[in-house]
Amino acid sequence: MENWRRGRSAFWLIGLGPTVWLVLFFLVPLAIVWLYSFAELRGLVDMEVTGTLDNYARALDPLYLGVFGKSVVFAGLTMVVSLIVGFPVALAIVFAPPRWRPVLLLLVILPFWTNLLIRTYALIAVLRVRGFANFTLEWFWDQSNTLLSLLGLGSYQLLGERFEPLELLYNNTAVIIGLVYVHLPFMVLPLYAALEKLDRSLIEAALDLGASQWRAFLTVVVPLSMPGIVSGAILVFIPALGSFLTPDLLGGTDSQMIANVIERQFKSANDWPFGAALSFLLMYLTFAALALRAVVSRGRGGI
Amino acid sequence: MARTPVGPLEYTRRTWMRLTLLATFIFLYAPIVTLVAFSFNDSRRNIVWRGFTLKYYEKALGNSELIEAFVNSLAIALLSTVIATVLGALTALLLWRFRFPFKAGYEGAMALPIVIPEICMGVAMLAFFAKVGWPSGLPWPFSLSAIIIAHVSFSFPFVAVVVRARLAGFNQELAEAAQDLGASEWRVFWDVMVPFMRPGLVAGALLAFTLSLDDFVITFFTSGPDTVTFPVKVYSMVRFSVTPEVNAASTVLILLTVVLTGIALWMQFRQEKDKS
Repeated sequence: MENWRRGRSAFWLIGLGPTVWLVLFFLVPLAIVWLYSFAELRGLVDMEVTGTLDNYARALDPLYLGVFGKSVVFAGLTMVVSLIVGFPVALAIVFAPPRWRPVLLLLVILPFWTNLLIRTYALIAVLRVRGFANFTLEWFWDQSNTLLSLLGLGSYQLLGERFEPLELLYNNTAVIIGLVYVHLPFMVLPLYAALEKLDRSLIEAALDLGASQWRAFLTVVVPLSMPGIVSGAILVFIPALGSFLTPDLLGGTDSQMIANVIERQFKSANDWPFGAALSFLLMYLTFAALALRAVVSRGRGGI
Repeated sequence: MARTPVGPLEYTRRTWMRLTLLATFIFLYAPIVTLVAFSFNDSRRNIVWRGFTLKYYEKALGNSELIEAFVNSLAIALLSTVIATVLGALTALLLWRFRFPFKAGYEGAMALPIVIPEICMGVAMLAFFAKVGWPSGLPWPFSLSAIIIAHVSFSFPFVAVVVRARLAGFNQELAEAAQDLGASEWRVFWDVMVPFMRPGLVAGALLAFTLSLDDFVITFFTSGPDTVTFPVKVYSMVRFSVTPEVNAASTVLILLTVVLTGIALWMQFRQEKDKS
């Protein structure tokens, strides 16, 4: 690596374009929003930057604090469910025969290349009342009923008079299902990377010394794959926290996340200063999650 | 089933493990597969299979708004990819080659578009274009300029990451040898650096293209009534109702991404074969 002073002309020639672009079309827009977050509305659309902190104070209103809390809980739940689902998947891929591994990995990544909106739309068709999930359940219900009548129990109507479709869409569960569906690859890939590096003889040693599979998993596999778990957790948590489409399309009126509130301020409520303040609070929350990760990984590195 | 007994570490051969894997893949693929399958279904109600038809593809093709949105999306993806690839490659070169004051801060700023929530970037773009009074109602490719600029801003740092990873493997002696043989800095750049960077450039460009084609949130805030992209159009259709026409249009886009991903993987595979 050379000092920039030694090749000033090359340095400027290479660096000028991207730097100007980043400043003009990214940092300046962010700065504008930041300034707006200290502005007051004057009339319908006009704003005046007065340095007021009212917008931030309003975000502390229980209503909006609740939305922030809900977003964090949703993202946290998504993280936990993805970890529970993703760990066995990553483990199964790592311990699969070598020629199967790339195929299985590709199968995990492939849906990720499909448009997010299309995947969310596909979930709607599966989850709605007259959707495939309920169709499958109804089929099972019919089969069980047939079975019951074959057993001579048909007249008792043990499963109810008729099939009641589940309300799977437009509620909090649908949002969690959607978020897990979208973010699962972010969890599986770092877990796979961590588990692949794991020295298998350590597990063998634990088993040889009499540990049960479960104990070996908890005391050997999990601690050694901690870096992967932390990376995966952060990679799932951060995008899930700022999700807009999933709660918008799959959620009900009470499952709106922070991004939906921000969108409303800018699109329909036309309260840009408040929306700007919420945007920056969301950004600070994201940075806090990133900082936490840095602290955790540094702490581990020190040991 | 298994011919040899399952060893203690052969987790993938355990039944419950296989079932978990299978269930996960069903969870991941069932929605997409049903979406594709029912784009060929001859029924408006979209649930029960009533026979094969292509009429929803004809309908989607006949929907001029949908086609216009599709063309817009492709044009935006193409133009933003070109700009993002150049800017990303330059960023990668700068960070790889030079030591300069506040470099850590510079790298941090470059990583910002990757880490900040899409919604924040979307509202920033909306506020920016409103503030500077970006002209609307320009003739066609220029009417997309605001969206293109926004797309370049979020995709070029991704290109930079990919190209920089490639540059990390560059043997500096190659450039020095060229210089010793009398090549100017410019010649070294074009004849040594660029060919070496090419696989990274291609991978970065494909990434930028898919990111652009995929984006909904940021585009949603920068598009106007005359500059609707495919995801924005599909969004408004989905909000309205779930129709097989949307399935047909989505299937086309899925196909396009799968083909592009296939090309990217094939190129990567070929590049690895070249190395060995």
